[in-house]
Amino acid sequence: MRLKRLGATLFYALALPVVLIAVWFLATRSGTNGFTPEPVKLVQTFFQTWIGPAFLEDVVPSLTRLGLGLVGAIVVGILLGLVIGMSRFLRDLLEPLLEFFRAIPPPVLIPVLMLLMGIGDVMKVAVIVIGCMWPILLNTIDGVRATDPVLRETARSYGIGGLARVRYLILPAAAPRIMTGVRQSLSVGLILVVISEMFAAVSGLGYQIVVFQSTFKIPQMWSGIVLLGIIGLLLALVFQRVEHVVLRWYHGLREVENGGTR
Amino acid sequence: MAHADPVETGGPLLPVRGVQKVYSSDNGDVEAVRNLTFDLARGEFACLVGPSGSGKTTLLKCIAGLMAPTSGEVLLDGRPVSGPPKKMAVVFQEYGRSLFPWMRVRENVELPLRNAGMPRAERGPIVDEALSAVGLAHVPRSYPWQLSGGMQQRVAIARAIAYQPEVLLMDEPFAAVDAQTRADLEDLVRAVWKRLGVTVLFVTHDIDESVYLAQRVIMLSSSPTVVQEDLRIDLPEERDQLETRGMPRFIELRHRVYEQIQLAKRGVRPAAELAPAG
Amino acid sequence: MTATVAAQENAAAALPSRARAPHRRRRSTALRWRRVLLGAAGIVGFLLLWEIASRTGLVNPQYLPPPTVVFGELFRQLTTATFWTAVRQTMTSWAVGLAIVAVSGTVLGFLIGLSRFLKRFTASTIEFLRPIPSVALVPLAVLVFGIKPESAILLIVYAGFWQMLIQVLYGVSDVDPVAESTARTYGLGRWARIRYVVWPSALPYIVTGLRLSATIALVLAITAELVIGVPGIGSQIVLAQNGARVPTVYALALATGVLGLLVNFALRLVETRLLSWHSSIRSEVV
Repeated sequence: MRLKRLGATLFYALALPVVLIAVWFLATRSGTNGFTPEPVKLVQTFFQTWIGPAFLEDVVPSLTRLGLGLVGAIVVGILLGLVIGMSRFLRDLLEPLLEFFRAIPPPVLIPVLMLLMGIGDVMKVAVIVIGCMWPILLNTIDGVRATDPVLRETARSYGIGGLARVRYLILPAAAPRIMTGVRQSLSVGLILVVISEMFAAVSGLGYQIVVFQSTFKIPQMWSGIVLLGIIGLLLALVFQRVEHVVLRWYHGLREVENGGTR
Repeated sequence: MAHADPVETGGPLLPVRGVQKVYSSDNGDVEAVRNLTFDLARGEFACLVGPSGSGKTTLLKCIAGLMAPTSGEVLLDGRPVSGPPKKMAVVFQEYGRSLFPWMRVRENVELPLRNAGMPRAERGPIVDEALSAVGLAHVPRSYPWQLSGGMQQRVAIARAIAYQPEVLLMDEPFAAVDAQTRADLEDLVRAVWKRLGVTVLFVTHDIDESVYLAQRVIMLSSSPTVVQEDLRIDLPEERDQLETRGMPRFIELRHRVYEQIQLAKRGVRPAAELAPAG
Repeated sequence: MTATVAAQENAAAALPSRARAPHRRRRSTALRWRRVLLGAAGIVGFLLLWEIASRTGLVNPQYLPPPTVVFGELFRQLTTATFWTAVRQTMTSWAVGLAIVAVSGTVLGFLIGLSRFLKRFTASTIEFLRPIPSVALVPLAVLVFGIKPESAILLIVYAGFWQMLIQVLYGVSDVDPVAESTARTYGLGRWARIRYVVWPSALPYIVTGLRLSATIALVLAITAELVIGVPGIGSQIVLAQNGARVPTVYALALATGVLGLLVNFALRLVETRLLSWHSSIRSEVV
């Protein structure tokens, strides 16, 4: 019985992808039109291109920039978000300003920051930090505001104040919203690192892909696209795992809350 | 448990003197609470009953230091209460929202102690004892939302007990719990009170509960609130849900409280108020 | 917004019921004024700091001109035809892309969402394709469409489609089973049920999806212009940057911010209008 269930899950998970790949394979059998690669050749090219020195020269720098930028965005976003969220004065003062900055499409930051910082790695990391911190910052502020008033009063009655209050009450209470913000910033970050490399760089994934495209090395270009897709996927998976652990209590709580109603 | 008070041995533990609370509104100032004056003695179990809107919660928050009265004062151990005092613990009505959902039961109970800087070795036994006092020694690693309502309220009570307060304030703690669980929790509170010798101020709107639990029932008038009546409950110390509630004296006392509350609801002011202020 | 109301309500809950309503009204107008004034003060303060930093040379004014200069340039831009042409180009790609996303996302969302088999069948593919960043398609767009607006539309559609699809799928599966059963017992056929039960129930999600996709669409339209060179505001920014017209770069960047705000505002308006009947404005399911 369990085997049957496992079989069904596998079927549903793989059926459509297999069908699509089969269609793709058959369609390209009769020769490509120059734009689409053949599946087998693509896999070969993928390994040729990216497993090897290119990995160190291009993939690692890109991922490093992304990593540094995201960490920076998370730290700055959460710290500022906590400070602003806990003070009604600061919130009222800064919210319209922050909403405006958030509305600026992140890629626009690239030419602007290029003016201020040149085209080095610092600029790229700064772009990611500034571009990614808005969802985190604004979500943290929201999360802090939404702290349950009964919990707040309980903490007060037991003399829990200052840093302890932030650690035991404010931060955990805001965690679900913060994680939503982090998830949004992940996709923004990946976009930004690739664009900034396409725009102005001498190394990196984005840069390489543009080189391939401009020199009409189509299979390599596609392999780069696939690699980007894989990175995006891995980021999402890693985030899911982390969220599962950090918000275990939250998922349990929501399950209990929703269990009775539906 | 309660150590001798160097300032006022033998005096009342918690004098509440002339507490008044005024709120400002569109139509001018509204005096919600006019004058609440009573003394809570050490180790006493008092219930506070009143019609809706009589400011029971306001008074409790003033005593707990969560809210400042417009005038009047509350003293604890001779010192005025200006913020939540260390020797007081509060149990709120909304147990689901007063326990931290990201902490397990044990962590919730030990949080106030941990925050006060008590080392782990010292905390452990206190927390264990508090949990077994409320009958929850078997669920320390559960999350609050995994427990039933009654159990959650027990956790809140355990947390208050572990804090080792002199005064336990309870704000309609069993209002949101089903009747059978409420009976168990009522007996639990009395048992805890006797075992620890704390002073308990228990706010409720349930008249039967107030007479069953207390040594003394303080009835509040409607807004602007004053003390309607202060009734001593001379029932035997050993209380039982079936026996005590069936006693003729219980019925008499219950009747008296009910009468007063009905009068309060209709706006009849206590005789003492009409006497010249003094 | 909502949390402030909750805080106010909590404060009001401590009051005796008689005083509650008028008290809350007065406090909330006073609070609202304070919020507006403080917000304005924040913006003015920021502009002031920027002006001072730039004028005193704290920051190199060549690379960060003061706001007076930037705003001057912005207003000048508003009088030029090139600016408005660029806006029109950007917004056209945006609109076309969004329309395609809206229709395809809704239709496919309904088709897939209403069929248990299709839901399971496509789940893995959706989860796999969804996190792929749309910028990955930039080189492809360049090859196939070059600097034509179709490049931008390709990016917009790819990114926006997934957002829309996910929201619609949530909306379709979020239908209240009680409402569904009631409709069935009254003999409503499949199509009627979709029209009278599923559609209204999914509408909030559809609108949310539209709002999210609209923001993404604007970002990608401008991205395509920045990176590929599709004509629009983004390409104007690149031109200004290459020509070292620094104030123009900042002015146009501000303009994109304003565009972003307008798009968001317009869609929230649509949301409130379309969903004014809906008692609970659902929160975003992201």
